[in-house]
Amino acid sequence: MAITLSASDVPSPPLSARLSPPQVWGIVLLAPYLLVFLAFVVYPVCYGLWLARHPASYVALYHDPIFARAAVNTLIFLVIGINIKMLIALFLSGFFAQQRPWIRWLSVIFILPWAVPSIPTILSVRFMLNPEWGVVNQLIFKFTGDDGPNWLNDPAVALAMAIGVHIWKSLPFWTLILLTGRLAISHDLYEASDVDGANWWQKFRYITWPSMQTLYITCTLLSMIWTLGDFNSVYLLTGGGPADLTHVLSTLGIRYLRLDQLSLAMASIVCAMPFVLPLVYYMMKRLSR
Amino acid sequence: MKLPTLREVGTEAKLLLIGIPVFIWTMIPIYHMFVFAISPKEDAFAGKLWPTHPTFHNFSIVFHQQHYFLRDFWIQFWNSTVIALAVGALTLFIATAAAFSISRLRVPGGRAVMNLALFTYFIPAAFLAVPMYRTMGTYGLLNNHWSLILAMVTIAAPYAIWVLKQASDKLPVELDEAATMDGATTLQLFRLVYVPLMMPSLVAVGTYAILLAWNEYLYAFLLLSKDTDITLPVALGNFLAADDSPWELLMTTGFIYALPPAAVYYAFKRYMVGGLTAGAVKS
Repeated sequence: MAITLSASDVPSPPLSARLSPPQVWGIVLLAPYLLVFLAFVVYPVCYGLWLARHPASYVALYHDPIFARAAVNTLIFLVIGINIKMLIALFLSGFFAQQRPWIRWLSVIFILPWAVPSIPTILSVRFMLNPEWGVVNQLIFKFTGDDGPNWLNDPAVALAMAIGVHIWKSLPFWTLILLTGRLAISHDLYEASDVDGANWWQKFRYITWPSMQTLYITCTLLSMIWTLGDFNSVYLLTGGGPADLTHVLSTLGIRYLRLDQLSLAMASIVCAMPFVLPLVYYMMKRLSR
Repeated sequence: MKLPTLREVGTEAKLLLIGIPVFIWTMIPIYHMFVFAISPKEDAFAGKLWPTHPTFHNFSIVFHQQHYFLRDFWIQFWNSTVIALAVGALTLFIATAAAFSISRLRVPGGRAVMNLALFTYFIPAAFLAVPMYRTMGTYGLLNNHWSLILAMVTIAAPYAIWVLKQASDKLPVELDEAATMDGATTLQLFRLVYVPLMMPSLVAVGTYAILLAWNEYLYAFLLLSKDTDITLPVALGNFLAADDSPWELLMTTGFIYALPPAAVYYAFKRYMVGGLTAGAVKS
């Protein structure tokens, strides 16, 4: 539908006269979202940047060992956690693509972690890992007679557990997405390769992977952005502890906020922006096509 | 009936070798929560895989609010419900209007708004939470349900607009033209042609927004604090602060809290999966 600006030769009539009624309605209908966007995105972001304007905040951040630790933890989360998750999702998407009634049933159950809210399930995991009365260590004691490790007391183990929780929660979603991509591949290709006597690796290497590569990379990047915003996995499992050693950038910002150190909270987020913005830019370009 | 060949049995065994660990991995935290919910206090901490005397007593304690941690259970349940429904309704209204305007009316600048919305969709929620918290303070909305409702609408609307715009781009333009020829005004076009045709997408988006709001922890815990104002997840989080938490009741409450979204998800699964995967996989 062409945009019709009526009577363009008349010098600047009032705006309402230049717009057709549908366009006036268009603006009216768009207004609610624009208002929400201005009030709850633009204003907060500008206000936040203004709070983060003092160089002193960045110096303070630089000298805060918790910040450095959180930055490293975030990197571990993103580089190791996401890649493990996406590789498992890629593998499982192949498993769920098999046509069998019991696999269809399993796929219905497999969605559960994604369908239920994270707080009760993460607390459940936290409880299982309790060193004294958690079920994990009770079972270890029953079978070996030894006390199990104090899972959440060693920062490295606690971080690994938080990554595990994150994978538990978001694996179903990515498996489903990759499964959709896999099912879109033409079946003829596989049949032809069967005739040629290809083994499963050759099928994956020459048919599946080339067709799914772009999707896989997009999903990995999107998952990275979302993981940066994942507060629950770490906060509810470890609370950032022991000794503030398992914080990631998203929990660290909230920690500063709770300590009423707003400019530090904002500065820590601003520090993450050079990593976030290229990802956001790339995703927007891909999705808005 | 044909007997399976050795090769088929082998394939099935390999699949089971993957399927069984996947099943166990998926179910463990949920099963653990369930076992706690049906265990009497003395059984709960014994590390049993099934309680010796399963009971629904914990549910009765929660429903009758017979513990000081639970004295506001029903009002918190109500808060969660009202907030989730309000977020669903408001998101649907804002997003449908915006998608109609951008996709059907081709309003000038619509594409720019679309990109702004996409940008919001990609801001990590925990990063936006810090300035959002302060902004809600400035607006005088802290500890008011509206703060959480508006924050969740802000987060849910971009994705909703995007999904709805994709769906409405697929509707043929001829429909609008025919309706306009018959003398329909823009609002009639919206109400009588557009909304009915978009119903499946609207259901998906509405469910998405409701579940997002019901499940939200971070924003709820930042923006609300009074015991009678908070939502269920915040109440669950507050259990953590105490040393003498009644864990079996916490797990029971958590189980009750997790049931509605799981039920809604399965009820609307057809729409949800279609809408969400279409959203993420467009390639």
